[in-house]
Amino acid sequence: MSKMHVKLTVNGKEVEGLAEPRTLLIHFLREDLKITGPHIGCETSHCGACTVDIDGKSVKSCTTFVAQVNGADITTVEGLTNDDGSLGVLQEMFREHHGLQCGFCTPGMITRAHRLLQENPNPTEEEIRFGMAGNLCRCTGYQNIVKAISASADMLNAQKEAAE
Amino acid sequence: MNDQTLTPEERAANLKGMGSSRKRVEDVRFTQGKGNYVDDIKLDGMLFGDFVRSPYAHARVVSVNKEAALALPGVIAVLTAEDLSPLGLHWMPTLAGDKQMVLADGKVLFQGQEVAFVVAEDRYIAADAAELVEVEYEELPVLTDPFEALKSDVVLREDLEGQTEGAHGPRKHHNHIFTWEQGDKDATEAILAEADVVAEEMVYYHRTHPCPLETCGSVASMDKVTGKLTLYGTFQAPHAIRTVVSLISGIAEHNIRVISPDIGGGFGNKVGAYAGYVCSVVASIVTGKPVKWVEDRMENLMSTAFARDYWMQGKIAATTDGKITGLWCHTTADHGGFDACADPTKFPAGFMNICTGSYDIPTAYLAVDGVYTNKAPGGVAYRCSFRVTEAAYFIERMIEVLAIKLNMDAAELRRINFIKADQFPYQSALGWEYDSGDYHTAWDKALKAVDYEGLRAEQAQRVEEFKAGKTRKLLGIGLTHFTEIVGAGPVKNCDILGLGMFDSCEIRIHPTGSAIARLGTISQGQGHATTFAQIIASEIGLPADDITLEEGDTDTAPYGLGTYGSRSTPVAGAATAMAARKIRAKAQMIAAYLLEVHDDDVEWDVDRFSVKGAPERFKTMKEIAFAAYNQAIPGLEPGLEAVSYYDPPNMTYPFGAYICVMEIDVDTGEWDVRKFYALDDCGTRINPMIIDGQVHGGVTEALAIAMGQEIAYDEMGNVKTGTLMDFFLPTAWETPNYITDYTVTPSPHHPIGAKGVGESPNVGGVPCFSNAVHDAFRPFGLVQSHMPHDHWRIWKIANGLGMHE
Repeated sequence: MSKMHVKLTVNGKEVEGLAEPRTLLIHFLREDLKITGPHIGCETSHCGACTVDIDGKSVKSCTTFVAQVNGADITTVEGLTNDDGSLGVLQEMFREHHGLQCGFCTPGMITRAHRLLQENPNPTEEEIRFGMAGNLCRCTGYQNIVKAISASADMLNAQKEAAE
Repeated sequence: MNDQTLTPEERAANLKGMGSSRKRVEDVRFTQGKGNYVDDIKLDGMLFGDFVRSPYAHARVVSVNKEAALALPGVIAVLTAEDLSPLGLHWMPTLAGDKQMVLADGKVLFQGQEVAFVVAEDRYIAADAAELVEVEYEELPVLTDPFEALKSDVVLREDLEGQTEGAHGPRKHHNHIFTWEQGDKDATEAILAEADVVAEEMVYYHRTHPCPLETCGSVASMDKVTGKLTLYGTFQAPHAIRTVVSLISGIAEHNIRVISPDIGGGFGNKVGAYAGYVCSVVASIVTGKPVKWVEDRMENLMSTAFARDYWMQGKIAATTDGKITGLWCHTTADHGGFDACADPTKFPAGFMNICTGSYDIPTAYLAVDGVYTNKAPGGVAYRCSFRVTEAAYFIERMIEVLAIKLNMDAAELRRINFIKADQFPYQSALGWEYDSGDYHTAWDKALKAVDYEGLRAEQAQRVEEFKAGKTRKLLGIGLTHFTEIVGAGPVKNCDILGLGMFDSCEIRIHPTGSAIARLGTISQGQGHATTFAQIIASEIGLPADDITLEEGDTDTAPYGLGTYGSRSTPVAGAATAMAARKIRAKAQMIAAYLLEVHDDDVEWDVDRFSVKGAPERFKTMKEIAFAAYNQAIPGLEPGLEAVSYYDPPNMTYPFGAYICVMEIDVDTGEWDVRKFYALDDCGTRINPMIIDGQVHGGVTEALAIAMGQEIAYDEMGNVKTGTLMDFFLPTAWETPNYITDYTVTPSPHHPIGAKGVGESPNVGGVPCFSNAVHDAFRPFGLVQSHMPHDHWRIWKIANGLGMHE
């Protein structure tokens, strides 16, 4: 099958490659770019393990063709680590509040939570639960994920306040 | 930090040993997307395999035409049973003493069964090629009902025709697998015949699936130069897989290295051996290249390891004042097309004979008949020890049914029948020795915590309001007191494929006082790298942060039977403590030598040995470790390491008291969990944070199972719930918050008194949610209704009780 040229910005770096028109973004990220944080859990948009951030929106990369997002700015969980290599706020709070167990849903979960907190910096528990409903977890029962996101919101707001 | 200025308590806290809610060491990788799961493995020249699967539940395979598939550029091979049979690999042994087709050998027995394996340069080409393989089928009559299957003339397993003896005794019919009997049939039936009261009910625990977020997969790499096979896979029991691969492939065991990398949840799904594992190995041998196979979600739900599907006919006898005198159960177990249940060999229905539960029932009888049908094989322990959740659901429903018959409060009925604290160790009528328990204390604590009497008063008021037309919502109070049996198990009666179910730990202390430990188990999210280091920290006084933990590589880890059935802490956790104690015993001799006193004149003090009566004279474990490597100590070998293979003397018996308060809308069938209280007693608590996390997750899986999750088939044997659109996994939105609580009744036979906790919340949670639904409708005459209690089925209950008239 003929291939097309794609150019993306992924986690702040410009990348390019060749992909078939039918190549899914998740496969391009994982197989071609070796960015294996986003996972494949269902291939039908239900589980959210493949969630990435595309131009400021949470998107399930298992049902998106890479051709659809040519030129886009993409962030994966790998891009949420601090520049000095330390854990970002959400990553640290997921650890602090035991918001993960097997870790398979975690990259999608954290990437979605990152966008949720951009959309709503002060979410209630109900808003977190609703906002995270596109991401399934089989291990945690969500209670500690909700706690981790809520704690992240507090910490990010405190950081913002301190910076102002 | 000056050691001498710290109190023993401060020094113990610095170790982050047992009892500490230590943060998980795994999370630094996982939160950054740096886990290494099977599908993340990429080897040079790696090929990708995909299955052609049967669309029919029962059919003859007339022909398989590979031509068009092989003509597609990028396709390397298409394997069928014919290709595997010269190697003897077209069938494989199951864990239950049966055998299973790897690729369809003349016929298929369930929808989704593997017919051909396509190997191609990438996963897209493999999927294209699978579409191009032409298979001609001849449809056969389909049997999806186990009761019908036992009457039908249709022979499902033609390969077994004429065999009246199976792996577990006589077969009564060509679709019958085994009968397993426990207890005293005659005595139980005599008690039933003369009892004041007998409650009888059919309790069905529907077919469901563990559905971990990561599906099953493997990467096989045969190195033709060295003759070594490396097999990466989603294996909950990597060492057993190595032995099985060796036995069925003929490759010497030392030439096989099995690696379980990070595993994205198991819940029992990854215990069994699947066709994909075998085909990836064969394909790698045939092509000389690494071959990856990863199933998609639909394949996962259709073909790999269902759970439950037990029809449990029960009779429970009691006196008029509620003292239970006998329990009778006959189970019809639907095992699908092949008997691939994951149970210890001598237990074809697992530990279903724990079905007397938490109650002192003097006489009992259990019989289980296994049956072949045109459904997927499996029968794994989905977040429970072998068939324990079926047993707990059965007894906890029967108690409720009996309470209705006696017109008694179900909490009180439980209380008067509990095994009493002074009866432990307790011999159950069905053959188990319960190690320890204090059920009354746990029960009273739970009832008090939720204000049980207040809830009952509120419920009575709600019933009045409903009858007066003031509300359309009912209130259900779900009760459960469960007793598990986990930690399989003693080698004398527990084995899988002849491999005794001990487990192991090897610890090496490095000269500078840090350590590495390796175990025969494998974490799938339980946090072993965190918690097992805590056991070692407490036992030998080195900080948990200085202890690396490894599992899952059969070339480096000691042999063990893996992680399932809540056996890691009871068995490998015990091995860990015992290995650590061997190290401490040697350390004591080193310390005594360094302090120039007799071995008996030093005593252990958190992280050091000190001279008795002179605590200021001591050697810390760190100092001892260094000495082990740089001093010539008379009578002692250099170095400081130990290994322990632990054969547990008994199972452990965790228990718990769960209470659920549920609101139910009779017009829509919608439910809302207002409160869920979970009290768990798992003996000694190693990491309370992780225990709470296990309970949250396990109760959520129980919520899914009780309230909607099922693998459903139509009459043609088509799977109706093959995607996450139809197969219920709760989201954050419908999942409630849980209140966790505990009591501590240590196991008397376990070195640290720990019992295991990962599966308790599922075992206790399912009957608790189901009982809440039943309890809401009890005032209106409901006795029994089968799970899953989805909105439609709840609506049907209300409709059947005339509530919509």
